[in-house]
Amino acid sequence: MSAAKRVAVLKGGGSLERTVSLRSGGRAQQALARLGHEVVAIDVGPELVAQLHECGPDAAFVALHGSDGEDGTVQGLLEAIGVPYTGSGPAACMRCTDKALAKYLMREAGIPTPDFTAIKETAIKELGVAAALGDIERALGFPLVVKPASQGSALGIKFARASEELPGAIVGALSYDRKVVLERYVKGRDLAVSVIDAPADGDAPGAAQFALPVVEAIPREEEFYNYESRYEIGMTTFVCPAELAPETTARAQELAVQVYRLLGCHGVARVDLMLEDESDELWVLETNVVPGLTETSLLPLAADAAGIGFEDLVERILDSAWTR
Amino acid sequence: MDDRRRTRPAAHELARYEALFAARTRGMKSSAMREMMALTERPDVISLAGGLPDTSTFPPELYAKLMAQVAAESTARALQYGPTEGMSATVSCIVAVMAQEGTAIDPSEVIVTTGGQQVIDLVCKALIDPGDVIVAEAPTYPGAVPTFSAYQADVEQIEMDADGMPIDALESTLDRLREQGRTPKFIYTIPNFQNPGGVTMSLARRRRLVQVARERELLVLEDNPYGLLRYEGEPLPTLYSLDAEAAGRGGGSDLVIYLGTFSKILSPGLRLGWAVAPRPVLEKLNLGKQGADLCSSPVTQMFVAAYFDEPGSESDPARPAWVEYVERLKGLYRRRRDVMLEALEEHFGGRARWTRPEGGLFIWATLDGVDTTDLMARSEGVAFVPGRAAYMDGRRGSSSMRLNFAGVPDEDIREGIRRIGRIMGGDTGLLGTLTGTPVAPARGGTVGTGTDPAAPAVSVGPETGADGAPGAREEDAPMADVVALPRREQQSSARRRKDR
Repeated sequence: MSAAKRVAVLKGGGSLERTVSLRSGGRAQQALARLGHEVVAIDVGPELVAQLHECGPDAAFVALHGSDGEDGTVQGLLEAIGVPYTGSGPAACMRCTDKALAKYLMREAGIPTPDFTAIKETAIKELGVAAALGDIERALGFPLVVKPASQGSALGIKFARASEELPGAIVGALSYDRKVVLERYVKGRDLAVSVIDAPADGDAPGAAQFALPVVEAIPREEEFYNYESRYEIGMTTFVCPAELAPETTARAQELAVQVYRLLGCHGVARVDLMLEDESDELWVLETNVVPGLTETSLLPLAADAAGIGFEDLVERILDSAWTR
Repeated sequence: MDDRRRTRPAAHELARYEALFAARTRGMKSSAMREMMALTERPDVISLAGGLPDTSTFPPELYAKLMAQVAAESTARALQYGPTEGMSATVSCIVAVMAQEGTAIDPSEVIVTTGGQQVIDLVCKALIDPGDVIVAEAPTYPGAVPTFSAYQADVEQIEMDADGMPIDALESTLDRLREQGRTPKFIYTIPNFQNPGGVTMSLARRRRLVQVARERELLVLEDNPYGLLRYEGEPLPTLYSLDAEAAGRGGGSDLVIYLGTFSKILSPGLRLGWAVAPRPVLEKLNLGKQGADLCSSPVTQMFVAAYFDEPGSESDPARPAWVEYVERLKGLYRRRRDVMLEALEEHFGGRARWTRPEGGLFIWATLDGVDTTDLMARSEGVAFVPGRAAYMDGRRGSSSMRLNFAGVPDEDIREGIRRIGRIMGGDTGLLGTLTGTPVAPARGGTVGTGTDPAAPAVSVGPETGADGAPGAREEDAPMADVVALPRREQQSSARRRKDR
């Protein structure tokens, strides 16, 4: 455990995930204070650098979801001004946050990820992508999922069930990012595996990672599994450890650690997967470099199942600021 | 690790709370747009999203004087509990406002509430068991949606046109419900300058609505926050007064519960509203209020009473200050409405329809083939209420938006509309490129503007069936998104992020 530090908790910001980030940051603050650290809360905005200069923290705890917090922007800035920070560095953030890039990297590395195509807005305007939609549809089949490439929240994720729905889905998703990923839809069970660095008191700090127990998100019967439900207690049932065959659990955890290493994550990350009903195959969808810490978030849930309490978890994440 | 550091395990925490929550909380949804609305607080964002009057117009010296007066004359009473039904001096003010609306009431049938919103809550508390039916307009007041959900009401929404809720459609809905052996507990309507639709129920429909209510013995909740904020046209009688007239006893209404508020004609910060209701209903509202908050703030009630005693300016001292203030607000809001209408013409022209409200605070605009929730994500620096918020299912109304003009300076109105128009242009252009059509096709549904009397004034999204019947929406939706996907046992659901 680290000695008492002055920690700036970065939260809020101007992304669509502002509210969730405020909640994650708020909980992290409480835990850090209980751990005896001096906490300075910063709602990230134009004053960020000035505020950091003013408080001169020993480290920044990144609880900032969404664009600036997860795409490496804030991390690069923190490096520039010499403030150690929690979690992944700029390059890993970019690799994870750009779903298209992450999927290309996973495909190259032989990690199973659903077939996909990435489309940039400029390609629609300037390269005549419209004429390729037929080919894309044939390759991916229907239904297919259209996601903003970098949007972390579920807002903007569209579901096209037929050709005529596809243009609208693409335009809708493009509202959230200039690039979208069209992905084969995998029907199955929704899994998440959080990976954390091993405690840094070993000989080789940061060298070892381990996967926490698998969480399954099960939409409640008779409820739509919608955007809100992910943040409201009781809307979705989370099962942890997920009830899976032991070899499936092991495989999911192994894949998550592989992806974590492949993308160069640090400290903590959450890898989302699908267990396909038909094939019983696991598919990696994406990796989140700043996983939520709210009451309904999956990382704290998984940590708890592994016997790591919330404060312990927060302390471990904080330690990642010095083990880079 | 010492005790201070012992932590409550997350999973146990989660499970414990989940087991404690009432069943009704499952229906309690925060707004689908919550994430986005959080962004509207940023100073660089022009927000056309609020339901705000412009309180900066209230003279600070008058506020100070009245508060000082309350303090000097009645400190002990102002700081004490008050009667649940409200202070008689405040009720007198309400009688005066109602008279201004052309509606005579019996002061003993009034209950003062903590804002008009509390009336909606108390009426539901008094009338709604889980599964009971409420009939409302489509779109409806977004602030009523969470209240109806919390009481687990089954809400039937009737699509409006330029004249408000079509009573034929209401009757068909009532007939359909009757076949199922169901009777609505009440009909919820905002007859004047509807929020968010901006339309006003015609006199003929008001009369028919009252007639239908009387024939079928149905309660009506008449929500009238903006009645006095009419910028053009003749005032229309309240449903309350029409029903009282129909009852023919020279007394109050039998079936209309009237909801009024000081929020829009004076200040929402006072949190003062009222209900006028048939006595048996009033008693239940009173009991409900006792449980909710015992009484509304005597401080603000006494402030209102002092304000209503304030004489007008020297030029017309017979006209009280509050009436003068309402006139001032009307002048200001009328101008802002016109600024917004002009800006819409300039920046939305040919790509959208919108209502032309005769009063109130809002314009409802419907775009061609653009999802307004998505648009808002793209609309850097401008906020509005996406139309979905005005529908119980959170899906219909997807191509509409509510725009507030009353609480926004002229320049911000122009700039805000310009920003939305610019982004909208990008979206429709893209869609045209992808579909091979230069202009995005309207995606079905009935659409129209208030300026075209033949067409429904309130444009609705593509997912709307003609009668707004639920059930049609799944199949009709040209594009589903994650705001509400079918559960996966039923139909394969898209894979989404379950968490951050």
